[in-house]
Amino acid sequence: MAYLHNIGAYFLMVVEMFRKPTKWSVMKKLIFKDIDDLIIGSLGIIAFISFFVGGVITIQTALNISNPLIPKYLVGFATRQSVILEFAPTFTSVIMAGKVGSFITSSIGTMRVTEQIDALEVMGINSLNYLVFPKTVALMLYPFAIAIGMFLGILGGMAACIYGGFSSLDDYILGIQTDFIPFHITYAFIKTFVFAFVLATIPSFYGYYMKGGALEVGKASTTAFVWTSVVIILLNYVLTDMLLS
Amino acid sequence: MIEVTNLHKSFNGVEVLKGISTTFEKGKTNLIIGQSGSGKTVFIKCLLGLFNYEEGSIAYDGKIFSNLTEDQKRDLRAEIGMVFQGSALFDSMTIEENVMFPLRMFTKQSKSEMQDRVDFVLKRVNLENAHKKMPSEASGGMQKRVAIARAIVNKPKYLFCDEPNSGLDPKTAIVIDNLIQEITDEYQIITVINSHDMNSVMEIGEKIVFLKDGYKAWEGSKDTIFKTDNQVVTDFVYSSELMKKVRQMYIEEKS
Repeated sequence: MAYLHNIGAYFLMVVEMFRKPTKWSVMKKLIFKDIDDLIIGSLGIIAFISFFVGGVITIQTALNISNPLIPKYLVGFATRQSVILEFAPTFTSVIMAGKVGSFITSSIGTMRVTEQIDALEVMGINSLNYLVFPKTVALMLYPFAIAIGMFLGILGGMAACIYGGFSSLDDYILGIQTDFIPFHITYAFIKTFVFAFVLATIPSFYGYYMKGGALEVGKASTTAFVWTSVVIILLNYVLTDMLLS
Repeated sequence: MIEVTNLHKSFNGVEVLKGISTTFEKGKTNLIIGQSGSGKTVFIKCLLGLFNYEEGSIAYDGKIFSNLTEDQKRDLRAEIGMVFQGSALFDSMTIEENVMFPLRMFTKQSKSEMQDRVDFVLKRVNLENAHKKMPSEASGGMQKRVAIARAIVNKPKYLFCDEPNSGLDPKTAIVIDNLIQEITDEYQIITVINSHDMNSVMEIGEKIVFLKDGYKAWEGSKDTIFKTDNQVVTDFVYSSELMKKVRQMYIEEKS
């Protein structure tokens, strides 16, 4: 029953988030601040992880291709497919559930504990619109971060391929151009938009409705991370089934 | 006037407010006092609409709060100033931005008009040189004064204070009490203060509502609280040695 209650409360929160909007002059600043905190602040970790995971995918693919009949360009092909279809949109989002999600839950949760949300409500401000909406809008730029992640993942694969001696640069470039289906990019960005919405709203839900003190803020952050990851993985399956099968 | 009639509020079947009725008048500092757990904070949060209640009514100048739509409630709340127990300042904003916040949200004033108003209220609470400080850099007393400045900046009709003196030394507490009373008198607003500080009661208690276990046990003023024979009130008021001596002196003086 608690799960059903939470699901219902989550959707009511999403509806309430769009009601009684905050003044644009104020909202604009909040959105820019959240873009800085959530997107710009995440670029470093996304770049770092993407580059090295791209390299690891390349090495593992190359090491598992022992048959001389399999062309060398397959390493680049496999890296591109893995990075674009799964690693960049899905697994980066799970990592972001930890970074961005826990930041959102703890910042909103702390505002709840210190009565700052009550202060907003008493002033007659729709606190959900004020707190959650700008984060949701800011995270709509998340696909740009993922696009950078895709590029750096493939670049990392290329670096590993060349410096590891697994194939030539020409083979790798041929691989990443082979059988390219543009819809795969569309599919990846559709997933990313959906995950961005999940990344903004589920941690906000756990922060906004938490009760208690500092200890509970920590627990809420952990719970938010777990449920955000679960929902991302489930939606990944559903969207893949809908869009690719 | 704020008129509260037969207010009942429960949490998980446990009744916390048991039929409270009272009125709070314009230009007066109204104190809600009582021991911890007596229902003071729940009562004030019901008044503010932060908690829903099961029975009774709260009317703000004749407008029954529970009959208002969500948008009407938000409009009414724009006329309310609130000083929270922990000040509840927005820790991502400077003191100046905190005080300017209600103006940015609810008025169409120009930047210079807002700045003038912020300068005025910060001066009013004796914080002329703290504009650019962050709340974390301010002392407890300063934070309370910023919270008061933020509460009055948009000229509210109603001012609520939840234990404004908690965590403050006696001297600063008196400064805060006097400031609240002066503001109430100056702007002719309805001020409701939640407190268990007897110094506040003696300083500014123009009207006092005493809560005990969710009931209204007594109602009066700072002038009548010494004279009452209500055992529940006297047990609370004279719980400290200092207050016992004060009462003894009062009785001796009277006789």
